[in-house]
Amino acid sequence: MATSTGRLRAFGAFWWDFIVGDDWRIAAGVVAAFVVTAVLAHNDIAAWWVIPLAALGMLAASLAQVVRTTRRQ
Amino acid sequence: MKDVCALARIGGSTDNRQVPGGRCHRDVDEGHGMRDVLLVAAVFLACTVEAVEALTIVLAVGMSRGWRSALQGVGAGLLSLAVLVAALGPALTLIPLDVLRLVVGGLLLVFGLGWLRKAILRASGFKALHDEGAIYARQLAAAQAAGRTQRALVGDWYAFTLSFKGVLLEGLEVAFIVITFGSNQHNIPLAALGAAIGVLLVAAAGVAVRGPLARVPENTLKFAVGVLLTSFGAFWGAEGAGASWPGADAALLGVITVVLATALMLTALLHRLRGRPLPPVSPARAAEVA
Repeated sequence: MATSTGRLRAFGAFWWDFIVGDDWRIAAGVVAAFVVTAVLAHNDIAAWWVIPLAALGMLAASLAQVVRTTRRQ
Repeated sequence: MKDVCALARIGGSTDNRQVPGGRCHRDVDEGHGMRDVLLVAAVFLACTVEAVEALTIVLAVGMSRGWRSALQGVGAGLLSLAVLVAALGPALTLIPLDVLRLVVGGLLLVFGLGWLRKAILRASGFKALHDEGAIYARQLAAAQAAGRTQRALVGDWYAFTLSFKGVLLEGLEVAFIVITFGSNQHNIPLAALGAAIGVLLVAAAGVAVRGPLARVPENTLKFAVGVLLTSFGAFWGAEGAGASWPGADAALLGVITVVLATALMLTALLHRLRGRPLPPVSPARAAEVA
């Protein structure tokens, strides 16, 4: 039982690491940006700019976090 | 909606069937031509990077424990990846285009930002560069120290599993890129061709050099792949979520330019913050590769 739970956990950890990667906030931000785009587009508001802007903003924020952590060490 | 196909008819175009989105069939075909080139480039570059990393593992195993089991592992790994692409690829093409673009766009965007993040951190000195020579030496020492067991048709189980895992794990992301790009463009064979060229090129270079390909500018390639995956992900994701791009398919080039410029700017900024004279991704080189 303990072995199968461990294997299941390892399997989940593998896919989490494979899809989400090093910074879960990027994946969460992508989902949020998609939702905002869908809502704006549904209301006939130009929304093409939301995802690129959010993606580059999240990239910058994620890198800033690494810089802050490195400087603290 | 403006009838652009009517304008094309006035202009003498012969292929003026209208497709969803108000564009002419001819416009879409031209857009596909550009996207096909970018598709092959992205898959080829991603595959080359991952193949270089897999080659390091396979070489260390083959040189230290013999080639038979190592190559059996490579074959099994490649076969598993081919089955994955063959099974998931056609299944994805059955999904409605908007849903597919939403899912594929999201995955590509997350993968792309991950590649770009790592490449920028490595280029600016915040993360150590991938050193294939050092990795090869570590793998070689570990492979020489391990015991030997035989299972079924495999003479050396350790060599087989290490090669198999190396190929499968390094190739899994490429397989996903082939599946997602290919299904979205309705051209999985073209994406698979880009991947196959990358693998063959790296394998040929490995045979010629008989050592790890330490001189391949891995980080520059990763940077370029990150730019392309992020751009395609943003483009398709926005379309899937219901947004329309100004300029239709031509907007993709604009997105690539903006992502590339921002990534280079962030690299330069972090490099300055780090204060280290080490830019493996020079703006000219990165622009050339992307």
